[in-house]
Amino acid sequence: MSFQRPLFRHPNLPKNELGFAKADYEGTLSTLCAGCGHDSISAAIVQACYELNVEPHRVAKLSGIGCSSKTPTYFLGNSHGFNSVHGRMPSVATGASMANRTLKYIGVSGDGDSASIGMGQFVHVIRRNLNMVYIVMNNGCYGLTKGQDSATADVGSKSKAGSINPFQPIDLASMAIELGATFVAQSFSGDKRQLVPLIKAAMDHRGFAFINVISPCVTFNNNVGSTKSYDYVRDHIEATATIDFVPHAEEITAQYDPGTETEITLHDGSLLHLKKLANDWDPMDRISAASAMQKARSKGQILTGLLYINEDAKNLHETIESVPSPLNQLDETDLCPGSAVLDDLMMSLR
Amino acid sequence: METTNVNDPEYYHKVVDCQYACPAHTPVPEYIRLIAAGRYADAYMINWESNVFPGVLGRTCDRPCEPACRRGRVEEEPVAICRLKRVAADHKGDVIDRIPQGPFTPNGKKVALIGGGPASLTVARDLAPLGYEIHVYDEQISGGGMMRSQIPSFRLPESVLNEEVNFILDMGIHTHFKHYVDSLSALLPDYDAVFVGTGAPKGRDLKLPGREEGDANIHIGIEWLASVAFEHTHSIGKKVIVLGGGNTAMDCCRTSRRLGGEEVKVVVRSPFEDMKASPWEKEDAMHEDIPILNNHVPKSFEVKDGKLIGMTFDRVEAQYDENGKRSLISTGEPPVFVEADDVLIAIGQVNTFPWIERDLGLEFDQWGMPVVSKQTYQSTLPKVFFGGDAAFGPENVITAVAHGHGAAISIDLFCQEKEVANRPAPRTNLFHQKMGIHEWSYDSAVASDQRFVVPQADKSVTLKDRKLEVELGFDERTAFQEAQRCLNCDVQTVFTETKCIECDACMDVCPTSCITFTENADEESLRTQLSAPALNTDQDLLVSDTLKTGRVMIKDEDVCLHCGLCAERCPTSAWDMQKFLYNTPKAGISVT
Repeated sequence: MSFQRPLFRHPNLPKNELGFAKADYEGTLSTLCAGCGHDSISAAIVQACYELNVEPHRVAKLSGIGCSSKTPTYFLGNSHGFNSVHGRMPSVATGASMANRTLKYIGVSGDGDSASIGMGQFVHVIRRNLNMVYIVMNNGCYGLTKGQDSATADVGSKSKAGSINPFQPIDLASMAIELGATFVAQSFSGDKRQLVPLIKAAMDHRGFAFINVISPCVTFNNNVGSTKSYDYVRDHIEATATIDFVPHAEEITAQYDPGTETEITLHDGSLLHLKKLANDWDPMDRISAASAMQKARSKGQILTGLLYINEDAKNLHETIESVPSPLNQLDETDLCPGSAVLDDLMMSLR
Repeated sequence: METTNVNDPEYYHKVVDCQYACPAHTPVPEYIRLIAAGRYADAYMINWESNVFPGVLGRTCDRPCEPACRRGRVEEEPVAICRLKRVAADHKGDVIDRIPQGPFTPNGKKVALIGGGPASLTVARDLAPLGYEIHVYDEQISGGGMMRSQIPSFRLPESVLNEEVNFILDMGIHTHFKHYVDSLSALLPDYDAVFVGTGAPKGRDLKLPGREEGDANIHIGIEWLASVAFEHTHSIGKKVIVLGGGNTAMDCCRTSRRLGGEEVKVVVRSPFEDMKASPWEKEDAMHEDIPILNNHVPKSFEVKDGKLIGMTFDRVEAQYDENGKRSLISTGEPPVFVEADDVLIAIGQVNTFPWIERDLGLEFDQWGMPVVSKQTYQSTLPKVFFGGDAAFGPENVITAVAHGHGAAISIDLFCQEKEVANRPAPRTNLFHQKMGIHEWSYDSAVASDQRFVVPQADKSVTLKDRKLEVELGFDERTAFQEAQRCLNCDVQTVFTETKCIECDACMDVCPTSCITFTENADEESLRTQLSAPALNTDQDLLVSDTLKTGRVMIKDEDVCLHCGLCAERCPTSAWDMQKFLYNTPKAGISVT
């Protein structure tokens, strides 16, 4: 019987700059179905945090309800966590960020949690450009309630029971671009080589970073005829570019070729090195990103990789000029500026 | 890299490190599980089938399995395999009805076994049930060879030895004890085959000044041990020097402590770390207040008024050249005098075959060793076979047993007029173990316990009686806990490419980062590119056939916990936990 992971780890496991091994970013053993794409995404988050030298106690992970929203238990066991109400993760994340903007916020949601019950929350958190990473583990079905079609199921996709979905899907990534999200990417749970640098870039991005990850439900939506199965996604995947994340501390030696490659400098000086760029696509240009999405869809392809990035937009804290330090660190002198200030204020209202 | 051929029985065999390292290839995890289940008699019989002397080996084996144990690479210490074997022997109860009982239908062939030690007895056990008429010759008064004459009773009680020797002799073996064979040629005409298992019966002497004058108090270690075992020697002087750093030296010094030696010292030429004795035997000696003086090279025996008074030694330092070859260089300090009433010389053993005529067509090499095939144990005289220390020089009991099995196969093939070099293949079985979603037929959960220590009787008692066993053995509860430390390496992670959907679940869940899906490359670069670097090149990489995405699955066998999580998290059963049983060939199994 193995409900617990053995305590032993590989003795030669490398350590990151903080002296942590990848195992230090793990959570408890997953209780999701064997082979669930969500577990791969959890592993990618673990890998990204390990490689970014993130201090686990400087991360908060938040989620709503659903298979996806169970996953924060399975990664970053030493970080803060909040498993909130169905579809309400963005509100809780906003509140948490208001109270302490110094933490890194990772929100995990699913297609039901974001595209159905939480759609209102989803659009408004984008509109406000909250500084967080928002990952949707998108399997096109309600796995927790035995696999009914969700709002992101493609029209014509066949369920395990054999019924064909008659409704148009909500394309969360296109919607995020349309709503002005400042970092939008799409990926596949079975492609860690792409997913890990995307998560790293999203964590370094200052502002709202959205990653829609197609994550096959092995139990209810991995059948022939489904458009979210491992085989279908692998056959129809098309990448905007290959992506390399170069932390700002590392010396950059490679020269890039402006024709087929580009480099994006993130706020902290880290670099995104994109190679094999898709035609007519510029990651800094919203219109080209939206049109690349439309074109791919019309060809029946799933466009993955970085879709759009804007490093110059103001995030929520900058917009509302919130106080930089966590609220629990404000003492009386910060909160009570004294009677002279009050007098000035009163005078100004006369 | 090429796709691993898992149909080669040696691939999965090698994953079972303990069994692979054991000269007799005892299926260790199989019997450890039975011990955990309290099925001691079943565990004992698995051992008995394979290594013939579980009770003896459970106390005295050199344990090549333990340094090989995967547990030792995952944490500090390997599983206490040897002492678990003893638990099976201690708690087995009466197993006589499971031991083959004669009379067996005779096949008309007669085989002589020269020497009554572990190698010969193994041959006897393998051949007697097949109908061979077996004659064992030994100069001692009873069977067991060096297990009786050289291993002291405080490590191996006589009753344990007698039981296991008698299991074999009671199969209707004709014994010729107190019978020193002084001519091979005289025996040859009477037998269809002759097996020589005479061991390495001669202790090395040390010819230094004073050796002859002090002779009355200078003894050869193994001869002295035999003389104690057969009750000819009952005492030794108060001050004793034991020369040598091997296990015989440890037995000599500890026996001396029980025969009146109060200040017993082991003196060894080499540095402490280089000593040949097993670490646990050195510890046991030091525990009995026996200091080990290292880096002391004997210079002379000191004799005064015709009586030994001690020895002088040169102090040296070990220096190693770039090839690691050691030389002992004198430190230039004045020689050290160590007082002694008696000196025991335990500096090695040599083979000697004065009783084998050199004109029989049985060739000897330049070192006086018989020319023997390592595969068939056959000498250049086709009907004469060798095994144990007599074949290739001093080794240990378990190696002698392995030789015995091999020689028995050869003798059987030879007597049936078949090709001796055409050996039977090992028998293997691979069968899946799934019982439910989280349930396997074995305890897949990995216990985190550290190795348990075997309790010992207090030395105030044991030093007074040379027959009182020092180690008490695990009790049943501790044995269970120690058995649970076994990683069940024989339950193999079997991968089926055609079922894999490359969901990465196995790679993500593996606690020891053994699994990687990657593009194929050459071994050297792959080993550095895996989820965790595979630096232990003694351990194989399991390489799958090319998968749908063009990648391959690579599993580094090195620190796999065999916890079964890969198989539990696999949605398609591309991973399965399958128990691999490897049985070495035995005499009497027909060759296909």
